[in-house]
Amino acid sequence: MSENLESVIEKASILLLKGATTIIPPDVKEALIKARDGETNPLAIAQLNAILENCKLAERESKPICQDTGLIIFYVSLGENFPVKGRLKDILRRATVKATSEIPLRPNAVDVMMHKNSGDNTGRYIPWIEWELVPGSDELTVTAFPKGGGSEAPCIAKVLSPSQGLKYAKKLVVDTVAEAGAKPCPPVSIGVGLGGTIDVAMKIAKKALLRPVGVRSNIEVLANLELELLDLVNSLGIGPHGVGGKTTALTVNVDYAHRHPASYAVAVAFNCWAARRSKMKIYPDGSVEFVTHKILNEWWR
Amino acid sequence: MEYHLNTPLKEKDVRKLRIGDIVYLSGLMITARDAAHNRVLKLLASGEKLPLDLNGLAVYHCGPVVRKLNGEWEIVAAGPTTSARMESYEAEFMEKTGVRMIIGKGGMGSRTAEACKRLGAVYTIFTGGAAVLAARGMKRVVDVKWLDLGVPEAMWIIEAENFGPLMVAIDSTGANFYADLKRRVDKNLMEKVYPKIGFK
Ligand code: SF4
Repeated sequence: MSENLESVIEKASILLLKGATTIIPPDVKEALIKARDGETNPLAIAQLNAILENCKLAERESKPICQDTGLIIFYVSLGENFPVKGRLKDILRRATVKATSEIPLRPNAVDVMMHKNSGDNTGRYIPWIEWELVPGSDELTVTAFPKGGGSEAPCIAKVLSPSQGLKYAKKLVVDTVAEAGAKPCPPVSIGVGLGGTIDVAMKIAKKALLRPVGVRSNIEVLANLELELLDLVNSLGIGPHGVGGKTTALTVNVDYAHRHPASYAVAVAFNCWAARRSKMKIYPDGSVEFVTHKILNEWWR
Repeated sequence: MEYHLNTPLKEKDVRKLRIGDIVYLSGLMITARDAAHNRVLKLLASGEKLPLDLNGLAVYHCGPVVRKLNGEWEIVAAGPTTSARMESYEAEFMEKTGVRMIIGKGGMGSRTAEACKRLGAVYTIFTGGAAVLAARGMKRVVDVKWLDLGVPEAMWIIEAENFGPLMVAIDSTGANFYADLKRRVDKNLMEKVYPKIGFK
């Protein structure tokens, strides 16, 4: 039974990666269409049309949306009563290797010391897995988050002094977006993490990028801050791929953790227009539900 | 203006191009990222020959996704990578190899712009990440060199067919679309954004 479940998890994870890298999430697609329809700058419209045409071709031909299929990151929420636990890491690693040759994905895992590409998207700590243990649950939730390099370059984390506070945090966001310009393939999604230690700030900034475009924070002050920051970055005039226009960002998602009295950490994380993420749930009986990419449920059967 | 050009590119054709123009490119081109740029310069510095004469060709900042079908390479997905990483190599690369078109994304700096002006070359952008659309214009893999650098970093020799749309972002007068953009963005930052968050 458990062996069978392990092979279900492996196969489903391969399909999850395929969905993540070849089909743009529906919320992102909708936001891109809305952006195109709202633009008046012809160069911006042309860029957004090329993006949308590309997504259509990728989905139809089952090819990666972008050639940079990213460094493979998984977010795993493991129910404490889910039958497979300790072997999950190996299973996700195997799925990554197989997905790399089957989809195919670009081998993107380079040894920092030896400068050598492993060739199969695995390596030291990679694929990286963010674990969360869910009390009382018997389900496994996996989100594949292949992270492209271009939109990783401008990410930044800084510890401000509490006297600088939110005012300087906002400045860091707009300065970072302005400095990034066209490099992270705008229109981007931006995750902002406030508080905690510097690593916590970046973790919650990254995690905020998992939230679908158009879904605001359920904490009112954060939701307002998100709208304010979105308006600010979109008045910079960078536009799709830096050709100008209204759409520099599709969304700004903010989260926070309590901070140390002496420090005010801020992290700004980017995702490119190709904001790839795909989520599935696996139940103890081996049934699988693809949550973000419903079409995968048909392919799975 | 829209142009359809073939490689090897002629200086007089390239000098006609202006920022904002659209180009569709056919003929031989190569892909090269940081490592391949580095290797080209090292080989030339030590007096060795390149595997291919790059004079008049285009160099594409791209690390493709490929697969081998019946012994033939196929380009699956091949959008541009961030050109800024090649800024430190490009002027010398252009000077030593004679390439006349750089293709990438995100813009390049003043050294590249100066080299474009001096040598009669252009920098163009392809929509970043639009990898399947790009692959459509890359008709055939002619050869691949330096696979020891890894698939994305290797030098892929490609036959292009109406590869584009490419937007000219640096022309041979030295005009730089992205430098203009940077000035505009900085102005917006100072005048529209900072005042709203309490900075002058
Ligand atoms: S930034 Fe994103 S869309 Fe652009 S090339 Fe990199 S992975 Fe692709």
